[in-house]
Amino acid sequence: MTERPLPLTLRPLDAIGRWAIAVVEALGRFGTFLGQALGTILTPPFKFWAFVDRIHYIGYRSLLIILLTGGFTGMVLGLQVYFTLVRFGSEAYLGPAVALSLIRELGPVLAALMVTGRAGSALTAEIGIMRITEQIDALTVMALSPIRYLVAPSILAGLVTFPLMTALFDAVGIFGGYLVGVELLGLSQGTYFGEMQSFVDLSDIMTGFWKSLSFGVIVTWVCTYKGFTVGHGAEGVAKATTDAVVLSSVLILVWDYFMGTVLP
Amino acid sequence: MIKVERLVKAFGRQQVLRGLDLDVATGSITVVIGRSGGGKSVLLRHLIGLLRPDAGRVLVDGADVTRLHGRALDEVRRRYGVVFQGGALFDSMTCAGNVAFPLREKLRLRAAEVATRVEAALTQVGLEGMGSKYPAEVSGGMRKRVAIARALVTEPEIVFFDEPTTGLDPILVNTIHHLILELHRKLRFTAVMVSHEIPEIFEIADTVAMLHEGRIAEVGPPAVIQASPNPVVRQFIRGEPERAEGA
Repeated sequence: MTERPLPLTLRPLDAIGRWAIAVVEALGRFGTFLGQALGTILTPPFKFWAFVDRIHYIGYRSLLIILLTGGFTGMVLGLQVYFTLVRFGSEAYLGPAVALSLIRELGPVLAALMVTGRAGSALTAEIGIMRITEQIDALTVMALSPIRYLVAPSILAGLVTFPLMTALFDAVGIFGGYLVGVELLGLSQGTYFGEMQSFVDLSDIMTGFWKSLSFGVIVTWVCTYKGFTVGHGAEGVAKATTDAVVLSSVLILVWDYFMGTVLP
Repeated sequence: MIKVERLVKAFGRQQVLRGLDLDVATGSITVVIGRSGGGKSVLLRHLIGLLRPDAGRVLVDGADVTRLHGRALDEVRRRYGVVFQGGALFDSMTCAGNVAFPLREKLRLRAAEVATRVEAALTQVGLEGMGSKYPAEVSGGMRKRVAIARALVTEPEIVFFDEPTTGLDPILVNTIHHLILELHRKLRFTAVMVSHEIPEIFEIADTVAMLHEGRIAEVGPPAVIQASPNPVVRQFIRGEPERAEGA
């Protein structure tokens, strides 16, 4: 039976309907993928060496970029905040201002963006190439779950490495602020660190921790999903990699705002 | 016994399989031939459960793999070995690592036994001492042989070959075909091979099936196919060019 063509006036509605269904389907696949991965993490066998390899891949290989960007972020922050605080005669609060900005906000967000650019894109490209060269199909027909070997270890490694990378980013950033505020602009060391101890409490650190933990899941989830569902050939891998970085970055900022409104 | 019944598959508006029927006898080598882009690999992907048909069934000893999911499908797949067109070797592992992988992960054998069987498998395909090389460091022919070693090392009951000789020179094509034949005699697996290596496959096949326009146009022993009066089969095995319409 052939379909009767739609009247011209109904065609825009038809197009919107098809688009909406496609979006809902895509979101469903995206969610199911995470559900499968989390289910796999919670059920044995646990692929310990794949997990260690992913920690090396996501964490260790991102160390240099984290140290560099953390240090310079702290230095810029120290410089800008100092000149703002001087106007109000409150430069003594430079330490807490730098520390709170980094620990609550900039550390988790910038560290996650940096790891996305460095390791997330590589993760998508690696899994994408495995998909187009049938390596993932090879795992499937061996009756082995590609999610268990490729996705679950990455998400678990994201949960471990993102908070660690964030902590490192914060520490190096605070030291960068110290270099500018104390060594360059002449603030006393005691004021910089002493005020920091009075103003930064555990809830600030926990806010940063929960954010980095959730970013770890978001980035590894998005990047592995994009690799898994890659299109055809080199162009497909390139597109998936770009999409993974863009979507991860947008979700990091959106989720950061959401967490900022929920967490104390 | 593998039985394909009225298999139908379309990608969008492109109808690839149009009610295909095929029987594969246990222990035989069945080669599916046909033109490039004619749906041979699509058929193979249905047999190994990587694609779901729009209609029809694929029965492997009575179990319909098109309806199975999860563990039930994995149970059938445990009996399989698959040689992919490009080899599909894990490029992060050495050749030996690739062959060892299914032994370690699928059969969960001890390290000592894995090492012994890997060495034996690589020797069997003429690659002794090459185990420490990565897939990127060996030639196309060697990669195919590693892929065959990986597919057969678990001694599967059914082995699927997706154009195992594509892109190889004629000497390597014959080498790979004779290797498959030799291993088949030794291990007695059921083999389904997709190929368009004419006439070489007639030397190794027990049954040849010609796929044309989404259906099996003719099936039978190599001698029957070679002598077929069917113009589609004759044109394909003789490699005659298509005539322009109206010519």
